Amino acid sequence: MTGKQQKVSLSGNEAIATAMRQINPDVVAAYPITPSTEVPQYFSAFVANGQVDTDFVTVESEHSAMSATIGASAAGVRAMTATSANGLAYMWEVVYIAASMRLPIVMPVVNRALSGPLNIHCDHSDSMGAKDAGWIQLFSEDNQEVYDNIIQALRIAEHPDVSLPVMVMQDGFVTSHGLADMTILSDEDVKAFVGEKDYTGGLLDVDNPVSMGLMDLQPYYIKHKRQQVQAMENAKKVILDIAKEYEELTGRKYSYFEEYKMEDAEAAILVLNSTAGTAKYVVDLLREQGKKVGLIKLRLFRPFPGQELAQAIKKVKALAVMDRIDTFSTWGGPVFTEVRNACYGQVKDTEIVNYIYGLGGKDTDANDILSVYQDLMKIVETGKVDCYYQYLGIEE
Amino acid sequence: MKKYDEVTINPNTGWKSMTEAGKMYARGNSESFLTGDWRTMTPVWDSTKCIHCLQCWAICPDMSIEVEGGKLTGFDYDHCKGCGMCSKECPVGAIKME
Repeated sequence: MTGKQQKVSLSGNEAIATAMRQINPDVVAAYPITPSTEVPQYFSAFVANGQVDTDFVTVESEHSAMSATIGASAAGVRAMTATSANGLAYMWEVVYIAASMRLPIVMPVVNRALSGPLNIHCDHSDSMGAKDAGWIQLFSEDNQEVYDNIIQALRIAEHPDVSLPVMVMQDGFVTSHGLADMTILSDEDVKAFVGEKDYTGGLLDVDNPVSMGLMDLQPYYIKHKRQQVQAMENAKKVILDIAKEYEELTGRKYSYFEEYKMEDAEAAILVLNSTAGTAKYVVDLLREQGKKVGLIKLRLFRPFPGQELAQAIKKVKALAVMDRIDTFSTWGGPVFTEVRNACYGQVKDTEIVNYIYGLGGKDTDANDILSVYQDLMKIVETGKVDCYYQYLGIEE
Repeated sequence: MKKYDEVTINPNTGWKSMTEAGKMYARGNSESFLTGDWRTMTPVWDSTKCIHCLQCWAICPDMSIEVEGGKLTGFDYDHCKGCGMCSKECPVGAIKME
């Protein structure tokens, strides 16, 4: 651990804004939407106070926020934005353009339900809706992780083998508005870690003229998509390399996912974001009773670390995949679908079941998680599965 | 940064050899995109009526009016899309769309 660190108490949104202040991007274009509003709010204060050199663009919508961020990034500068839920949905078409144009934008997404009936609380329908847009997606359990992920995301995005935008998620209100003790790096260390932006190759590099976003007809378009998936493949190594470098700086370890008490586990839960914290608490309780339970917390959803996950899942007899979104396919949520797909042909003796939980901010407490482990332990005991896909903790 | 000026991309170019995100580094290459086959009506020039006012040259959106020494010589049918603006603007009826 070589970095100078400072203990602070920040909300998740403050943690994001602090990371953005330390990155000091050239352009931030953002539009407020609950629960990510505080990110541009805090950041605009940094701009007003002269703590950053950023050109802060107060756009009239999220569609414009993403468009202005794309324009700035295409011009060759470091550009960021932040959003949630319907804001992300309103960006929709340009979210794809950002990835297709291979622009290294970093965007915090504070997870919130996409609504109908109106709801502003946490679930993952926003970022999961954008899972196929070509962005790298990192999920964060708590305020510390969202801070660490933002700083690493910038390096991942700008790596020449990757050159893709990155979305960094945290749970709306649960962590975005919850104050937590955490550790931040010094401004100098962040500056050194993210490095100077290479301004060559952008539209403002007048010595090297370039045209971008051109018409891409039938013989070519599919080949550019093939390039995009190659960049995703390349990102897998880059993500680990940067995590290692970050660990040397901070002492905090990151990978594709975290395995918690998985060594001899027979039953495990796989979950994203803040619910992992609750699940770890339940794992500890059950471990005290001698139950062989563990947890897999997925950090990286795009690209999907299928091979590595299958190796981890192989160790348990029963796995519950937790989805904070439903696809309405009647066949389970997106994480479940991906996990089972990854396990096909690789994992033969593990029963994998799906729970839809916490939609629209429905609280998922330790008792809910405990009931999942009890279901899993019953599957381990009997070898029988009653239900592969169900809603957790709702009254019938 | 990679330099792609020397690369000519055609439909057989492999994905590994193409520029990232289809970025175009070379200049002046729209000429190699032949748009003449979009044409349904074709401008035909009557040189006996032409007064070489070059209004057709000024109005043509595809720079497909060929001129030499201030005199009209014909059309670039590789790029003319047959919009008919030259015919419409000609003050002496020297261009007919057929």
